[in-house]
Amino acid sequence: MESIGNIILYFVVAVIIAVFSAMAVTTRKILRAATYLLFVLLGTAVVYFQLGYEFLGAVQIAVYAGGILVLFVFSILLTQHPADPASVLANHRKFVGGLAAVCAVALLGVAVCKFPLIDGMSLTEAVSIGDLNMKQIGHFLLSSEKFGYLLPFEAISVLLLACIIGGIAIARNK
Amino acid sequence: MDLTLPILILAIPITMFLILGLFGMKMSHKLAGILGILGMGTTMVLAYTVAFDYFFSGNSLFISGSERLQHTVFDVTWLQFSPRLVVNFGFLLDPICAMMLVVITTISFFVHLYSWGYMEGEKGFQRFYAFLSLFSFSMLGLVVATNIFQMYIFWELVGVSSYLLIGFYYKTPSAVSASKKAFIVTRFADLGMLIGILVLSFYMPTFNFIELTAPGQPQAVLASTGGATFLGGSVLTWALVLIFTGGMGKSAMLPLHIWLPDAMEGPTPVSALIHAATMVVAGVYLVARMFPLYLMEYQALDFITFIGAITALYAAVVACTQVDIKRVLAFSTISQIAFMMVSLGVARPEIHEGLGYMASMFHLFTHAMFKALLFLGAGALIHAVHSNDYTAMGGLRKYMPITHWTFLIGCLAIAGIYPFSGFFSKDEMLSAMYGYSTFWGVWMTFVAGLTAFYMFRLYYLIFWWDENPHYKHHRPHDAPWQMSLPLIILAAVSCVAGFIPFGELITWNGEPYHIHIEWVKVAIPSLCTAVVAILLATVMYRKKNSLPDKAAAIWPGLWRAAHHRFYWDEIYMFITHKIIFNVICSSIAWFDRHIIDGTMDAFAKVTQKTSYTIRGMQSGSIQTYVWWYLMGAVALAAITCWAIL
Amino acid sequence: MNLTMLMYLIPSLIMFACGVYGFITRKNLIAILISLELMLNSVDLNFVIFNRFLFPGQLEGMFFTLFAIGIAAAETALAIAIVINIYRSIKKIDVSEITKMKF
Repeated sequence: MESIGNIILYFVVAVIIAVFSAMAVTTRKILRAATYLLFVLLGTAVVYFQLGYEFLGAVQIAVYAGGILVLFVFSILLTQHPADPASVLANHRKFVGGLAAVCAVALLGVAVCKFPLIDGMSLTEAVSIGDLNMKQIGHFLLSSEKFGYLLPFEAISVLLLACIIGGIAIARNK
Repeated sequence: MDLTLPILILAIPITMFLILGLFGMKMSHKLAGILGILGMGTTMVLAYTVAFDYFFSGNSLFISGSERLQHTVFDVTWLQFSPRLVVNFGFLLDPICAMMLVVITTISFFVHLYSWGYMEGEKGFQRFYAFLSLFSFSMLGLVVATNIFQMYIFWELVGVSSYLLIGFYYKTPSAVSASKKAFIVTRFADLGMLIGILVLSFYMPTFNFIELTAPGQPQAVLASTGGATFLGGSVLTWALVLIFTGGMGKSAMLPLHIWLPDAMEGPTPVSALIHAATMVVAGVYLVARMFPLYLMEYQALDFITFIGAITALYAAVVACTQVDIKRVLAFSTISQIAFMMVSLGVARPEIHEGLGYMASMFHLFTHAMFKALLFLGAGALIHAVHSNDYTAMGGLRKYMPITHWTFLIGCLAIAGIYPFSGFFSKDEMLSAMYGYSTFWGVWMTFVAGLTAFYMFRLYYLIFWWDENPHYKHHRPHDAPWQMSLPLIILAAVSCVAGFIPFGELITWNGEPYHIHIEWVKVAIPSLCTAVVAILLATVMYRKKNSLPDKAAAIWPGLWRAAHHRFYWDEIYMFITHKIIFNVICSSIAWFDRHIIDGTMDAFAKVTQKTSYTIRGMQSGSIQTYVWWYLMGAVALAAITCWAIL
Repeated sequence: MNLTMLMYLIPSLIMFACGVYGFITRKNLIAILISLELMLNSVDLNFVIFNRFLFPGQLEGMFFTLFAIGIAAAETALAIAIVINIYRSIKKIDVSEITKMKF
């Protein structure tokens, strides 16, 4: 049995995610879309916290909500007037996109509901089994032993470096 | 035996070919000529050394008791297709090979020397020498071949170099078509040869000549065929006849002779080297090389005899009516080679110990010398009057004494007058023919008489008859020393070559044969025939008169037919153009154009139509792509879910 | 009432569907990027959820998400660089205007 606070928190976050996702892709003002995306990202971070991954939640807020979203906002401000509404979408376009989304939802929903372990474990049980702290994460992240992630860690650092250079090369004035 | 000399004999000409071919254009004419002549001269000296070693050193490798042996100097595996099918590359030394080495290098050297004068100032002088070297290499490789496949390879190389040299004046349309004609006709004949080789190799465990012709081996072949026959001939007969087909092509036997007269479009030294002395006797050499096999099948030998006899008579008759002096010589060459073929065809161990074989080789040797002499003489004449026709000549004996006397010696030699070389070889051949059957003996004696007649007709028309009025403007004179020297030397050789004890050196089985001239039965009648023929020619052609026209008017049909070479070219034209091109080729062309091309066009059209129809899908809009991709993924996933659940 | 895996998967599914819809319908390149981020985020969320409910003792899903966030940052930075570059050359970031790749 979950604590009542957890249940309320879940519903609030689920509604926030669902509503703001939908608004982010339907609003005609692009700066608003970015803002709604921020709410979705924050909601996701809350889910991470609730699932017991505090570090991941922190990263989500810092990198996504803090970093990426700022990039979005900058680029929006660079490329257009923020108040300009986007042109109205053609109906058939909406229909085609909606159809694709509905198909995907239907299929994935069926797949999820039929998944045999879908009602396996409650959140409390799961969190109580897999308790972890920052020390463990740091240990795994820089370990080269089994379940160590040193190699991906280094690889991603190289990737980020390449990305920095690539970003400069692409965006730089000729 | 030391390996150096045989390898050098092959290596020097091919090296010369590469040097002159690759760097010739950078050289002056003089340097290229000297290089070619020096290379060939060295090869000649080496070949003489090898031949002398073989015949006279008494080395036990070459002679055991009185029998001359076949000696493989080296024989390396070149291509191994399967354990049984191995192609070797080597150097086989035996009497006929040693003799051919001498003949080829001698003639080739003199032709090299002669060309220095004859081709002087011609465009492509270096190329000419390069091709001459290539030809010499190919021909030497052909005669030293240890196995039938090596021989075939060099056989084709010889054909290629002949093609290149006939088409030397590649800007003259007639030379180009002549070279193509020569190549296609001989290539067509070589197809028969290749089939023959394949048939033979199917029943034989080896390509090697020594093993093929070893005592007992032919019997093994006969046994292995199990008496299988086709159209009345055994398998071996067919194989041998097919191999002989290749020889018919190269040696210009009926009906594959049509290329040789046209090949005279090439420069005259080439005609002397390739189309008189060396390459055209390759067919004779081929039969001689495989002679023990041919002895197993008298049917094949009879076939050779028959073809040879017909060709000899045909070519002799045609030669009496030709105007172009080189064509007369070409037909005389065909006739003389046919003589050799008949002589081989009638050679039997029981008839004068296989005299025909030795006589054929003897005649090959003497004929190479005097025919090269005649061609080179003709070259000197053409060089002097700038025309191939005897109508532009006449009365030249005063202007060109050296050419006159050497040409006369050549004519006497080919006519078979004692003591010139042709007499001896022809006498031996006729002995062999009489020994086989009186019919062929008389037939070939008649041909020999015709030979004497047409040669002296040519001689008189060139050097006597009536002086051409053009000489007053352009006085003909003897050729420079590079051209005269070969003439004089070859004439000297033609005078004395008959006294070579050829029977001691070359026989079909290696055992010496003591030549004795059958004066009463063979020599006197043939001499008389020749003398009568010469006298007839003297009466008819010594001074300008109307006798020749009257003689032609006796049988106008015959004369016209002979003048048109009995319409062989027309027959070929009819067959190729009217029948093959019109009937077979045009239907094939229709099939190609409409069915095959049509199918391909249809493919192209369908592809094009389809792509124009569906190119709207390449909208460039990533979102559309993603949509299709997503729907596809959904569909696939749905199918999977449905299958699992 | 228990909070089960299904309950966490449903918001994630909705987020993904919104991302698909937005990616297909929007014309603004940045809006498309935003939709992309939505989808990516939903996938990240799924990793974590599966890790928590199915393999609570392990950390693979968590680390996968961690790296995915890092890569997403890199990808977004590059994508925005490209968008700005496009804007600089044609003064628009509307995908219907970018038709150079069309047949």
